[in-house]
Amino acid sequence: MSDGPTPPANAAPPPVRAPVCRHHWIVRVTHWATLLLVTGMIASGLQIYEAYARFGNRGGPLFPSPFDGTQFPHWTRLGGWLAGALNWHFALMWPLVTVGLLYLGYLVQSGEWRALLFRPRDVRGAIDMTRYYLRLRPDHPPQGKHNPLQKLAYTSIYLLGAVAVLTGLAIYKPVQLSWLTALFGGFQATRYWHFWIVWIFVAFTITHVILVFAVDPASFRAMLTGWYRGRFPSRD
Amino acid sequence: MTESQTPRLDRRAFVTLGVAGGAASLVAACGWDGGNAVRPRLLDISRLNDWVGEKILFSPTRLARTYTPAQRSAMLPGYFISNSVPTLENPSAWRLRVDGLVRQPLDLSLDDLMGMPRVTYTVKHHCVEGWSAIATWHGVPVSAVVQRCQPLDAARYIRFVSFDSDYSNGWDMASALHPQTILAYGMNDNPLPPAHGAPLRLYSPTKLGYKMTKYLVSLTFTDKRPGGYWEDQGYPWFAGI
Repeated sequence: MSDGPTPPANAAPPPVRAPVCRHHWIVRVTHWATLLLVTGMIASGLQIYEAYARFGNRGGPLFPSPFDGTQFPHWTRLGGWLAGALNWHFALMWPLVTVGLLYLGYLVQSGEWRALLFRPRDVRGAIDMTRYYLRLRPDHPPQGKHNPLQKLAYTSIYLLGAVAVLTGLAIYKPVQLSWLTALFGGFQATRYWHFWIVWIFVAFTITHVILVFAVDPASFRAMLTGWYRGRFPSRD
Repeated sequence: MTESQTPRLDRRAFVTLGVAGGAASLVAACGWDGGNAVRPRLLDISRLNDWVGEKILFSPTRLARTYTPAQRSAMLPGYFISNSVPTLENPSAWRLRVDGLVRQPLDLSLDDLMGMPRVTYTVKHHCVEGWSAIATWHGVPVSAVVQRCQPLDAARYIRFVSFDSDYSNGWDMASALHPQTILAYGMNDNPLPPAHGAPLRLYSPTKLGYKMTKYLVSLTFTDKRPGGYWEDQGYPWFAGI
């Protein structure tokens, strides 16, 4: 297995690239399902947040947050009221976790994880890639299916997804799963982290969409149909 | 190439349609509880979650963490559904009625309850809204009352009824028999204040606040799952944490 990046085509690229199948259907279906489900989780979460829009025990110090007392716009909220939002949130958690496990199971089973997991040996390439983006390096470093910075971003978002689920469980059952709640610093601290993860997800998604269209628009079609005609390799 | 493109386009159109349709329905759902089409399904899943909470995650012996009195919160909001604090016209005539599927129905005065085994603990209160607060509670374990009234084998639930308008809650027997589930007549070393359910309220650190019936008048043992004030409006029934 050559972890080393495929050399860039030195010859002039052919005018029409043959399409290659870049994404398995499991990847595509779970990708779009995750988008829908996370949107529903965030929207119902913002409705739940409205019921007590701060973090900290009653009568005690509050965690610093720019969103203290914030009521998010009506169109961002799902559920109508607290009970409706809770029911959405606790219903969508099942398909969301299922989709996440299905996706991770596919990555492991197919070996595809090798193209996505950021490992220590990717550090060097990540520096090269950063230098390229900062225009300290003229040529695009050679890469496999994903460049090291992409691997770093995707690996981080998997970890963040896991923390989102674990903090959610710790808020859901702070007595039965008290060890988990304690791990995140207690009930109010766990609410705090669960809430901040939302904004990291939102920031990731905005960056992700911008980069798709700025750097590799062909990858958008690939995530819909599986077929890719873009300029990057589809295999490591 | 041309041959393979047709099915590909169809599939792409199908996926796009699915995503667009899903997104549109989600946008339409915002600020909406699901309407008559979705709400019943959400409630079905809520019942599934109740089952998971009750049968898989709930431990009848695991105790909620306790705190020291010094860790008590500076305040814990009082809460009732009547327009003003519910109070008894004649507090000395108050009795707790214990009936339903029991061998020995009971009428217990506050003195009777205070003469039974006493539990004191300082625990964290979790409100469904997301706030929490620490307070000390004093009372008699529900299990002690259960020992006295001797429920029939058919009794699987307890319905707790209050004199705060039509507020009530239904509990599964395992949660009611948990060692930290008490009928509280005291709070923070004082008699239970009217804002917190005087003369007697249900308390447990393993449930969300809305399950802990205040202003108690009766416990009825049943074989059918009793509803409750908030539960009937869509809040999760089990509400164990």
